[in-house]
Amino acid sequence: MKARVYVTLKPSVLDPQGKAIHHAVEGIGYHGITDVRQGKYFEVAVDGSLSPDEARAEVERIARDVLSNPVIEDYRVELDSSTEA
Amino acid sequence: MKDPEITPELIASHGLNQEEYARIIQLIGRIPTFTELGIFSVMWSEHCSYKSSKVHLRRLPTKGDCVLQGPGENAGIIDIGGGLAAAFKIESHNHPSFIEPYQGAATGVGGILRDIFTMGARPVAAMNSLHFGPLSVSDCAAADEAVIAARNRSIMRGVVKGVGDYGNSFGVPTVGGEVKFGDCYSKNPLVNAFTLGLMRKDQIFYGRAAGVGNPVIYVGAKTGRDGIHGATMASEEFDDQSQSKRPTVQVGDPFLEKLLLEACLEVMRAGAVVGIQDMGAAGLTSSSCEMGGRAGTGVEIEIDLVPQRETRMTPYEIMLSESQERMLIVADAGRVREVLDVFKKWELDAVVIGHVTSDGLLRVKKNSKVVAEIPNAALTDSAPVYNRPIAAPDASSAPPAIDLDPSPAALEQSFRQLIASPAIASKEWVYEQYDHMVRTNTVVMPGSDAAVIRIKETRRGLAMTLDSNARYCNADPRAGARLVVAEACRNLVCSGGRPLALTNCLNFASPERPKVMYQFSETITGMAEACEAFSTPVTGGNVSFYNETEGRGIFPTPVIGMVGIVEDMHRVTTQWFKNDDRAIVLLGETHNDLAASLHLEVIGKPSTGVPMLDLSRERAVQETCLKMIQDGLIESAHDCSDGGIAIALAECCFSSYRRDSVGCDVDLTGELPAIALLFSESPSRIIVSAESQNLDRVLEIARNNGVIASVLGRTGGKSIRITINGDPVIDVLVHEIEQAWRASISCLMEVPSLATT
Amino acid sequence: MKFGVVVFPGSNCDHDTYHVISKVIGQPVDFIWHRQDNLSDYDAIILPGGFAYGDYLRTGAIARFSPVMGAVKQFASRGGIVLGICNGFQILCEAGLLPGALLRNDKLKFVCKHVNIRVETTDTPFTLRCQRGQTLSVPIAHGDGNYFCDEQTLDELRRENRIIFRYSDARGLITPEANPNGSLDSIAGICNRERNVLGLMPHPERASEEILSSADGRIIFYSLADTLAELAKAS
Repeated sequence: MKARVYVTLKPSVLDPQGKAIHHAVEGIGYHGITDVRQGKYFEVAVDGSLSPDEARAEVERIARDVLSNPVIEDYRVELDSSTEA
Repeated sequence: MKDPEITPELIASHGLNQEEYARIIQLIGRIPTFTELGIFSVMWSEHCSYKSSKVHLRRLPTKGDCVLQGPGENAGIIDIGGGLAAAFKIESHNHPSFIEPYQGAATGVGGILRDIFTMGARPVAAMNSLHFGPLSVSDCAAADEAVIAARNRSIMRGVVKGVGDYGNSFGVPTVGGEVKFGDCYSKNPLVNAFTLGLMRKDQIFYGRAAGVGNPVIYVGAKTGRDGIHGATMASEEFDDQSQSKRPTVQVGDPFLEKLLLEACLEVMRAGAVVGIQDMGAAGLTSSSCEMGGRAGTGVEIEIDLVPQRETRMTPYEIMLSESQERMLIVADAGRVREVLDVFKKWELDAVVIGHVTSDGLLRVKKNSKVVAEIPNAALTDSAPVYNRPIAAPDASSAPPAIDLDPSPAALEQSFRQLIASPAIASKEWVYEQYDHMVRTNTVVMPGSDAAVIRIKETRRGLAMTLDSNARYCNADPRAGARLVVAEACRNLVCSGGRPLALTNCLNFASPERPKVMYQFSETITGMAEACEAFSTPVTGGNVSFYNETEGRGIFPTPVIGMVGIVEDMHRVTTQWFKNDDRAIVLLGETHNDLAASLHLEVIGKPSTGVPMLDLSRERAVQETCLKMIQDGLIESAHDCSDGGIAIALAECCFSSYRRDSVGCDVDLTGELPAIALLFSESPSRIIVSAESQNLDRVLEIARNNGVIASVLGRTGGKSIRITINGDPVIDVLVHEIEQAWRASISCLMEVPSLATT
Repeated sequence: MKFGVVVFPGSNCDHDTYHVISKVIGQPVDFIWHRQDNLSDYDAIILPGGFAYGDYLRTGAIARFSPVMGAVKQFASRGGIVLGICNGFQILCEAGLLPGALLRNDKLKFVCKHVNIRVETTDTPFTLRCQRGQTLSVPIAHGDGNYFCDEQTLDELRRENRIIFRYSDARGLITPEANPNGSLDSIAGICNRERNVLGLMPHPERASEEILSSADGRIIFYSLADTLAELAKAS
């Protein structure tokens, strides 16, 4: 089973990387882009012995305690059931 | 998986020609296996075998009182007194840095760090010499200049970040180096990385697989399919297909390298290591056959024991992988446990993968079945050596008449143009991205003539510099090489160091072109002459050929990494004027040496020839300067080079430490045209400043050494004011010029752009 | 009195810090391996600069889970003196010993250069030898030194006089140009409510000897030594 974790900066936190990319994208000539925010993406492979609910709970804990810093970041976990063994 | 059949096509795709293949059959007495073919192809590549350069490199002086280890090991080592030794070397990572600037540069730094700590030395200073294509449209000659300039900036951003991230994370200060620009580097950027390490003289380790029966231990990162055929890639020209070679670029992990350093030094200190070598180009192959070769032994490896990151790797892939951050250790048979425990403490893989044999063979087994068995000598000593054809270029026509505007307005304009040109402009955009202070030894930081580090708990220090001048070397490779060595020595002397020895990185185009081999041969001749004159032997280095893309090669670009000793750290000097109201003195004489000068290049005028260098006069000027520094008589010393006296004076006025600038008021005298007095690049000149009370002593020392010393003027004021035979020519505000000099490169680089092609 | 310098895998200013404590201010000091979980032998703990565990996830993100950090928390909660420099500051924030976080520098590049910091308060064990408003020339060397916290925390830091150092120009003026990384309110260093834990991005250990172009930073270590001497006398 695979879980996907997205970690993004909280909306209130300035993201200079996203801003630089946004600026560059406009400079290259792409139109209609109003904002870019850069984040992190993790693929977490989970042991088949856990049930989907257990797996989600475990990955949520990892996302909260390790993969993100609650002072500046939010996270979102997706469980990919299609990869279930 | 079945090995492919050995066909002419397969042989050719391994970069081996028919004669070379015939030689392989002759050496091993049979048709090679696929794995063996791969092993031969990397070991016989230009990068590993030096097959085109060997016959010439023999002409370089490599012996001297201070040399403890010359060429042939992972790095050269010199004695620096007090029971200490310094290991240092420079190496190129040009081709990988063109394909993937960030990782290419990062792994270049990683590789040279390993070369140093594999000798038992802790890396204490790094430098790098970088050459890029022009950053802005106005400097470009080609039609699609904007695109090329954007790509050059993108390459430079990636390279600088790669160098910085690796060194910063590892914890070695990048204390200096050079950044240069030229059209020929647009698709052939040069990334030459230098590292110096310190060790105790009695604790040097070598890459030798001594002691039959001793275990061969693999330590560090796991092996993946990275960089397979990296060594052969560095031995080929680039074409438009090069982008597709991306997968062969390795990815570096500086954190792992830092752990590897600590663990290796720990097992060395424990005395459990018999021999050690890093797995650089050609990975496990070169480390195992070279270690066996040097010790006159053999090495047998069970390939399945090698820690692997990917599945289903073949012996061919494992032997040729260039995964980073790996070392091969031959340990004392009774102390394996100890070695493995240390690596375990640092959370690194360490596995016994084989043992030392007496038969002089590199033997690779899979499931106890031999898949490769080659005499070490066939891979190293018996590798092909070429005496490639040499052809001098057509005799150059008479120097073109140079028609230059001698009006003061034009001269001041040239001065402003030069100071803001990327060649002269402050490189702080680059070196501020490098941690240049970690380890708290950096006494002279980047931006002065040479970097100086102290050696803690002694009075001494080391001065070091990287120098090249492709303008000179292109105009006259032999004289150019001499000038480069002379300037490197002069840079050390200006900081208070006495030159000891050097390492070189010889960057050239294709050796298969006779004109390139001529440049190479001439460069070696000139370098050898200068090394003899300064008593600075070559302790090792690196040759990088095939720096050409789509048939367009680089200028001959030999880079010198010179190291010197500072006997007393209280007598270290920087190039910057320290105070107002000091006498400014020029040591040496100015001649009409505008040929190949930066000034002519910037204003786009052609020339032939290079400045005239008299090696004995150069030595006298250097001795004089060093004596003045050691006697504590001068406050600053700066070499006159690119841009001549005018630019050297400006560079004395503002410091890279962002201290308040100091103005100057000088008069240049003589019969030469004003333009030569200002911008001529005559070598053997140093600008020093001294308190009035020391001036007599300064002039006396010069006189005693037979060196002409002229008082040019005084420091002070808010302007740089230069008159010629009393007539005003340049009068500019220091802070204005400083601003132009400081902002130039960062303005070019901070143009937002993600364009990479 | 005894100092401990924590060594995480990837620490690279550990030797520099050790050197200053032992050779410059002349106090006993040990290296403390990150697996050690007992700090009872020590009077002050320093978390040095570097890239603990590679800092690949976030600076300090993994280091805070190491055994020694549990001990550091206990040590601090009993009033022990803890100084985090650069990566050490990042780790202290991640571990919750100090509020806020350190983001990527606003110009997105690693920056190594000398900056000036202004001493905002002398009411800490780390600055008691300083003058309020005094500027110190000290280098920075980081890619993630852009201090961030929410409004409420910032109010608290100001109200409780817990901003210890701000980036300033040489005359002590707080200007946008003098802020090298975009830090909120030009913050270079803060302390906890109990004032025994300090984190700062600049490297005072790199500016503690005349030969290294500034010796301004050593006043921080001397202040610490004074504090420990006082404490020793009192007990």
